[in-house]
Amino acid sequence: MALLEFRNLTRRFGDLSAVNDVSLAIEAGEFFTLLGPSGCGKTTILRMIAGFDAPDAGDILLDGVSLAGVPPEKRPLHTVFQSYALFPHMTVAGNVAFPLEMAKKSALEIRCRVNETLALVHLEDKADSFPHELSGGQKQRVALARGLVNKPRLLLLDEPLGALDAKLREEMQVELIALQREVGITFVFVTHAQQEALALSHRIAVMRNGRVEQCDEPDKLYTQPANRFVADFIGKINLIDVEVAVSTKVLLTLKAPGLGEIAAADPRPLKAGERGAFALRPELIRVHGHKESADLKNRFAGTVRELLYLGDVTLYKVALADGQVIEALMPNAAPGRAKFHEVGDPVWVCWRHDAGVFLKD
Amino acid sequence: MKRPNIWLWTASLAVYAFLYIPLAVVVIFSFNDSMLNAEWVGFTLDWYAKLLGDGEMLRAAANSLLIALLSSSIATALGAMAGIAMHRWRFRWLPFLVLTPVAMPEILLGVSLLLFFRQVLDLTLGFFSILVAHITFSIGFVAVIVRARLAGMDESIFEAARDLGATPWASFRRVTLPLILPALVAGFLMSFTLSIDDFVITFFVAGVGVTTLPLQIYSMIKVAVTPEVNAVSTLLMALTLTLILTASRFAPDVLRGRQ
Ligand SMILES: Nc1ncnc2c1ncn2[C@@H]1O[C@H](COP(=O)(O)OP(=O)(O)OP(=O)(O)O)[C@@H](O)[C@H]1O
Ligand SMILES: [Mg+2]
Repeated sequence: MALLEFRNLTRRFGDLSAVNDVSLAIEAGEFFTLLGPSGCGKTTILRMIAGFDAPDAGDILLDGVSLAGVPPEKRPLHTVFQSYALFPHMTVAGNVAFPLEMAKKSALEIRCRVNETLALVHLEDKADSFPHELSGGQKQRVALARGLVNKPRLLLLDEPLGALDAKLREEMQVELIALQREVGITFVFVTHAQQEALALSHRIAVMRNGRVEQCDEPDKLYTQPANRFVADFIGKINLIDVEVAVSTKVLLTLKAPGLGEIAAADPRPLKAGERGAFALRPELIRVHGHKESADLKNRFAGTVRELLYLGDVTLYKVALADGQVIEALMPNAAPGRAKFHEVGDPVWVCWRHDAGVFLKD
Repeated sequence: MKRPNIWLWTASLAVYAFLYIPLAVVVIFSFNDSMLNAEWVGFTLDWYAKLLGDGEMLRAAANSLLIALLSSSIATALGAMAGIAMHRWRFRWLPFLVLTPVAMPEILLGVSLLLFFRQVLDLTLGFFSILVAHITFSIGFVAVIVRARLAGMDESIFEAARDLGATPWASFRRVTLPLILPALVAGFLMSFTLSIDDFVITFFVAGVGVTTLPLQIYSMIKVAVTPEVNAVSTLLMALTLTLILTASRFAPDVLRGRQ
């Protein structure tokens, strides 16, 4: 049985459906992420799990038992708030001890567990500091320790890394993964940063306007997005408007107006004339100066319009015959050479027939 | 930096002089060794000594202190609840109800309380009616101070307390109360000052028999402004000033008009 389950969860604010008919199941031990743009309803879902808000329709079940009507303090889960929400009048140790005191643990146990947990987040030496004496990263760790110390069934994290700078954020991501593995507590993590979601999660639910667009493992989400929104939201992608020409079990031929035919693979039976988008990741496209070396199934002539030299890789923006620009990401992996093409160069772009996916509209 | 405008300075000084010279005169003449408030004769503490022997005055002072202590304690408790309620639930009429007594002209409040006590409750005026009246006009001040304190705080702190297993009561005792404590102290001191100074409202609801310090001073100056009045006024001033300064230390943000 799933640890946490949403059944047709819905929350409306006036005319707005902040959460709209969401059904999901989260397994014990999972690092589960809710990902989506600002305002898509992530925080609203967390607040309903924590018990600060109640669904207008649908239900939330923990171990198969509905949480409806259970007050926040009776739910065996804790939240790490985006603003950390540390108690300003308590020391770090006092903050971390709070959930244990509320659970009426013995003084001895509290002392041990607080020390243990502070060690886990590398904050032993800050036990007697007050929150206003800590840096952002340290506050964040205290918030984590406070959420973990009483070993909840579930830890909810609302953009806990949002306020950190890029470098610290990356460090904390690594620590968070290690921490979750170490304590084995189920994490429900909220973020609008897709890279963070990909890096941390076992599974991700991509949300838009209160709905779940796709829920999958990170690599599935990246390589097999369910629709244009997911494809576009996760990573960089080229979206080419196409319609189905011929569909067989092994080969899918797509017609791109103004460009020609694109060979693809799709086991689904598709009807000729069906419209959609052909989605292709930039790193799966090769850019060549000579037609002969561009020997992959799909090959189109173009001109380098712009390039972004990034050191290890270069992002080429190539204008094709019909004027549409596609982006290709090429590694600069040849000793002594840093770049292979210049702006204005005529080039050939090519990709394997199974490189992209067809997204039905 | 801009040079201070000389006219602005003159005007400000004039205003302050107007406000404070009369007070200074009272303080100075309370130490004057003469029955008349006319010219400086010499330094004495006789008037203060005389105060200590004045039974009526001492009884009035005791009443004032007791009423101030009780009314500000009760007003702090009730005002804190009102402040928290105003902060947490945004009922539109609640601030209106709580804050009206603050804005209402004192004389109106006095008359209406008098009518209420006499006509509606048929109460014998005295200690109890004064106490209730003082609580009434103090609650609003405490509520405003508490609400301002809460408004400056991260709302998720209170949710975090519940989330981490605190019942509503435990969350109040362990988180809300310590955080609003400075506001409570400030509110208490403010109420205390208001109560001990109040004349108009007390005048209406005191009835006969129970006197407070301001009422006592008033009845004395009906005869003449004696140095004894100066002395008791000086003491009252000193007490009030101390309380206000202490209050502003506890809730500087509120009393300096900032949030
Ligand atoms: N209490 C409320 N009253 C009215 N509307 C609300 C309320 N809370 C949230 N909303 C609306 O519901 C929608 C979803 O809000 P939510 O806070 O869940 O977004 P989010 O996905 O967490 O966004 P972000 O990434 O910016 O935090 C928003 O459009 C928001 O304006
Ligand atoms: Mg949010």
